[in-house]
Amino acid sequence: MKTDDLVALLATQAPPVDRHAPARRFALAWIAGFGAALLLMVLLLGVRPDIADAVRVPTFWFRLGYAATIAAAALWVTARLARPGVRVGGAWAVLAAPVAVGWLAMGWVLAHAAPEAQLPLILGHTWRVCPVLIATLAMPALIAMLWAVRGMAPVRPRLAGAAVGLLAGATGTVAYCLHCPEMAPPFWSTWYLLGMLIPAAIGAAVGPRALRW
Amino acid sequence: MTADTADTADTADERRERAMSATETDLRACFVDGLHGDAARYRRFLDGLSGHLRAYLRRRLPRAQADVEDILQETLLAVHNARHTYRPEQPLTAWVHAIARYKLMDFFRAHSRREALHEPFEDDGGLFVASDVEPADARRDVGVLLDALPDRHRLPIQLVKLEGLSVAEAALRSGMSESAVKVGVHRGLKALAARIRGRS
Repeated sequence: MKTDDLVALLATQAPPVDRHAPARRFALAWIAGFGAALLLMVLLLGVRPDIADAVRVPTFWFRLGYAATIAAAALWVTARLARPGVRVGGAWAVLAAPVAVGWLAMGWVLAHAAPEAQLPLILGHTWRVCPVLIATLAMPALIAMLWAVRGMAPVRPRLAGAAVGLLAGATGTVAYCLHCPEMAPPFWSTWYLLGMLIPAAIGAAVGPRALRW
Repeated sequence: MTADTADTADTADERRERAMSATETDLRACFVDGLHGDAARYRRFLDGLSGHLRAYLRRRLPRAQADVEDILQETLLAVHNARHTYRPEQPLTAWVHAIARYKLMDFFRAHSRREALHEPFEDDGGLFVASDVEPADARRDVGVLLDALPDRHRLPIQLVKLEGLSVAEAALRSGMSESAVKVGVHRGLKALAARIRGRS
């Protein structure tokens, strides 16, 4: 087939484009991923029994906000990486901001703690399982968001895969916040972040294959 | 005299800039109309883009001229399949160049060559500087690949294109619903792109 014939073919196959289709696809995928994370959390781990008291503690919302802002920023980065020729630019800084705030909170808490209390504040009681559980809750969102980005045109698939993984990790973390009893910033600004980085690494590994187009 | 020469050089640069931005403005207007369903304007966009992409690829592939037409066709199909990822506030050059570069990298990867990978991501690669409307022969026949697609992918494309039917007529003829024809065309062209990838 000559190029002219291909052009003629493509020109006839061009119905109007729905500008909002990408946003709908992203929303659908994220809601499915988040719903599945909540379901997994309830079924596998259970909502923490003292949730009614926990929601009255400001730290609960600080921690939830940490995960939610990372999710929102990662979604923004992902949406930009999903379109050809769009720079991520300032979105990187927005993504770095909540991570930095978490570390500042960790530094502040540790600076005001007795030396022998510092390591227990970081390790909490659940550091061994926390990152793996977060990564587990993130898996449905990882698959769903890879599907959404696959329908776009990412020209840097490895980076886009990593962004999708981080978004999935943060989404899983939001659900995990309703289960996790650990409230100390030194704990969650370490282990939650590590939990989010596991799906990000998986996303970077599968991106070049899963997001090829 | 020196000042005169400098002036002339400036003017040549300005002329080049003006020509590029005229191309950007013109192609973008055609493309945006195409996004709203104007097939004639979309055709004009694809014709204009083909010339610029061909010139761009011929510059980038001095030692693989025989592959230019294949990569051009693959890139046109990719541009078409990615139409929905363009935002009207974005320069068309940046969007098209990112796609062309991606397809070019695919080609280099398939041929284990690294030479062109160092080109920066963000610039427009001088995509709209020159146009080349003299096609060479493609090595790979997209028509043959199209014929080899399964019926559910091939029929909607062929009914709409080759027989010049509207979506409604094609739906009537094939017994599919209109939305099934539209989805079929969309999926069919994606499947065609996947076949091309599989070959390279």
